[in-house]
Amino acid sequence: MERITSIADLEDLRNSIFAKRDPAMISIRLCNTGCRARKSVKVFESLEQEIREQGLERKVAVKRTGCQGFCEMGPVMVVEPENIFYCRVKPKDVAEIVAETVQAGNVVERLLWKDPDSGEPVVHERDIPYYKKQQKNISNSTGRIDPTEIEEYIAVGGYSALSKVLSTMQPAEVVDTVVASGLRGRGGGGFPTGLKWRLCAAAPGDVKYIIANGDEGDPGAFMDRSLMEGDPHSIIEGMIIGAYAIGAGQGFIYVREEYPIAIEHLSIAIRQAEECGLLGNNILGTGLNFSININKGAGAFVCGEETALMISIEGRSGTPRSRPPYPAIEGLFGKPSVLNNVESFGNITQILLNGADWYAGIGTVGSKGTKIFSLVGKVNNTGLVEVEMGTTLREIIFDIGGGIRNNRNFKAVQTGGPSGGCIPISKIDMPVDYDSLREAGAIMGSGGMIVMDETSCMVDVARYFLNFLLFESCGKCVPCREGMQQMHEILTNICEGRGEESDFDLLTELANFMTTSSLCGLGGTAGNPALSTIRYFRHEYEDHIHEKKCRAGVCKNLFTYAIDEELCNGCTLCAVKCPEEAVSGIKKEPHTIDTEKCIKCGICFSSCKQKAVVAV
Amino acid sequence: MDCDRIDSILESYGYDHSAIISIMQDVQGIENYIPEEALRYISEKMELNLARIFDIATFYKAFSLEPRGRHTIKLCCGTACHLGGAAQNLDQLKRTLRIEEGGTTEDRLFSLETVNCLGTCALAPVVVVEEDYYDSVKPGSLGKILSTYSSDSED
Repeated sequence: MERITSIADLEDLRNSIFAKRDPAMISIRLCNTGCRARKSVKVFESLEQEIREQGLERKVAVKRTGCQGFCEMGPVMVVEPENIFYCRVKPKDVAEIVAETVQAGNVVERLLWKDPDSGEPVVHERDIPYYKKQQKNISNSTGRIDPTEIEEYIAVGGYSALSKVLSTMQPAEVVDTVVASGLRGRGGGGFPTGLKWRLCAAAPGDVKYIIANGDEGDPGAFMDRSLMEGDPHSIIEGMIIGAYAIGAGQGFIYVREEYPIAIEHLSIAIRQAEECGLLGNNILGTGLNFSININKGAGAFVCGEETALMISIEGRSGTPRSRPPYPAIEGLFGKPSVLNNVESFGNITQILLNGADWYAGIGTVGSKGTKIFSLVGKVNNTGLVEVEMGTTLREIIFDIGGGIRNNRNFKAVQTGGPSGGCIPISKIDMPVDYDSLREAGAIMGSGGMIVMDETSCMVDVARYFLNFLLFESCGKCVPCREGMQQMHEILTNICEGRGEESDFDLLTELANFMTTSSLCGLGGTAGNPALSTIRYFRHEYEDHIHEKKCRAGVCKNLFTYAIDEELCNGCTLCAVKCPEEAVSGIKKEPHTIDTEKCIKCGICFSSCKQKAVVAV
Repeated sequence: MDCDRIDSILESYGYDHSAIISIMQDVQGIENYIPEEALRYISEKMELNLARIFDIATFYKAFSLEPRGRHTIKLCCGTACHLGGAAQNLDQLKRTLRIEEGGTTEDRLFSLETVNCLGTCALAPVVVVEEDYYDSVKPGSLGKILSTYSSDSED
């Protein structure tokens, strides 16, 4: 593509992209990132082949997009302009879609999403409750454009925030706008983004850096992944605006190695932006110089912490350092640096384009804008949802998420990853914003929302997060390294049936001590999962400690598997599959489990179609 | 150890000390692990302290100083996968392959690794073999998944 040398050129290019488009063209949007795990690549190949064989290349275009959000139903596909939504599409469905929908204009009903209550199929994507109740500002283009084509981004208005900034605003005005918008960091801490920028802009020094944190380490969160994969240019545009505002000449995007598609798409996007003159020297002919490097993480959770991340970019093992000095004054390579989460950068373009007042009008008093959550766990509709700050947990989990799987009951929702907490049913009508979550003993974190039902053991969940952090602690400071070890040991004891009443005090004391004395946020918040589960689910701990029972059927030493005679139809599947020959019985008669032989591998439990295997 | 390829990797990063992690990632890409002699070679060529390189190699989980098996099994231990029964899947894999996490089977066919989160939480619990994703995995379905890779051991 030709180099764009002025702001007017960019607008000309945008217009020429529109002019080239045929409005009668049918466009099929197919998720090519998240749905790859469900073999969407094969669907794409079949689709291309079918279109070629039918000679429809001029009539229909297949667009490989990023995540469309409704991952539960993947691979998902939308036929435009009619907005027909097909889900769980397999390669063998492709011929019918092409013949019926593309050629004849009919809807293939069996591939539509069906309302689980009424069984009624819904034709249009926009009418499905999962989408209808969302407010997509930041994730709007993800799932609509081909992220590997810069023209696609430009066509939906991409880089117009940048041209507005470069042609009409001074750097200080940009900073003021971001401050006035009330945007708070989307990575976890929730520190006001504009204030970081203001501090760094004012810091003395000619060399400054701007860094995007794409080291999305919280287990259960993947919104950053979807943005990097599905709309990489929005992050790049946000970074260029940030660079202009604070006076940085070099940027870095730190992406975890576990996200190969994100790395690939960002690399392509950076290369295309460089070729177009949107990165490099004299951007859009305005004299602005800025380039971006990608750094791949190497599997260390602690590198999501800002000082550790910077040390990792410098080429060392990423252990956090104490602050102050804050990175805005002394950061990467000792220079003033701004580090924001990739979703924060996604917000920047919207704020600059629509103004601080528009942005501040969305959300609650202390939490502005919309937020993308990854809604996963024991909920019917898993995937990514973007809602206005202040939306209640009930709206997210029940209205959008469609309630709990397999008609079970909601027990808790875990937010904020290993630094967060578990929120019980009594708080289901709580608005989701930074401050409400903190009051409830959890945090916003990066936006993971993991729903749990009665088959989830809350003591095990606390132990799980401690175990996670135990391996991720860098070991530099004693409270985190040793405190975590002790907390983990106590929780393991409880889970294995060796718990004592005094463990409550010990856990609380250790957690509080770590909060006040750890070097960084990892240790400082590590006690939260234990504290919040003790606060809301103390009775489960008591069952483990006094009754030696795990009623959820998770902690192996504290339950046994049994077969419900009423439900068992003697199909013998469990007996055939049991690796220890612990199940016995006559065909078509109820079976029994020998608890002496049973190793609780769970094979019988998960394979029984009658749900006759129960944990007692 | 392929010195020429290591040289060209070092060259492409201009022997820049701050790029050492990227360099080591690329070197690991050659044989899927970093042999000790490669660490020594990098240290010598870059004039960078071996202790710092060894520190990086052992601090970051992505680096392996031991040869890996032909197929790497990555079992996701993210929260959604954990709730979905990842621990039972891990136990089943350990029993079937007779190795611990981080280990490699005697015939060097499989290596078993756990990862924090693959970001495919909506499909939990997830197991990845090579580049192939398997969603909603149950302990009983692992045998079938493994057999796909055991049977092609001759090619």
